[in-house]
Amino acid sequence: MSIKVRYFASLKEDLGRSEDILETASLLTVRQIWQCANPQQTLPNPILVAVNKDYADLESLVNDGDEVAFFPPVTGG
Amino acid sequence: MTVIVTGCGFDPWQEIQNYQQTTGILDGQVGATNVFIGTLRDFNDGTAVKGMTLEHYPGMTERQLEIIISEAARQWPVIDALVIHRVGDILPNEPIVLVAVWTSHRGDAFDASRHIMEALKSKAPFWKKERLVSADSRWVKENTNGYKPAQ
Repeated sequence: MSIKVRYFASLKEDLGRSEDILETASLLTVRQIWQCANPQQTLPNPILVAVNKDYADLESLVNDGDEVAFFPPVTGG
Repeated sequence: MTVIVTGCGFDPWQEIQNYQQTTGILDGQVGATNVFIGTLRDFNDGTAVKGMTLEHYPGMTERQLEIIISEAARQWPVIDALVIHRVGDILPNEPIVLVAVWTSHRGDAFDASRHIMEALKSKAPFWKKERLVSADSRWVKENTNGYKPAQ
């Protein structure tokens, strides 16, 4: 399965990259996607996550072709 | 109902006027128009700010704003709504956000606008990075509470 992982704002700067393409053999949760993409980094807290541009939670399952995004609390307006 | 995310500066008053003319919404049931405009201050957290860069998540931003407007329209009888939000590099005094809501009665216009603005603040994926006069820059960590109790 191929999953696109995206990072935004301060998280993107901290990681030094804006996205990863992950190839996974099994169905994973959002939390497991983070662990695969960032084995050396604990998941930041607070964190917001989205799957296919809708808010999701860390235990949501990710399917082949999905886009998963991790980002800090939003500050628009 | 219209959502615009733009990298260009905009004049909110002109946008409202154009929108009212092209949609013709004032010819009929509208009895109340509520307008909120957020502009960039030249200070934040006690520090002088010389500008700001607004990052967003293209696609998700528009989608979340549309969801927020739909929520408001389910809760209050909204005739029309226009939300414009700036992204990219912004200077002090420039508009960041416009929320305009047209309803038949004032209470609905106030309440629906407030809902849209507060939901935008907590759900629309925008991130502010301030450029300070001191030449540093910093990410804004969280939005302020817009409703502090009256003193």
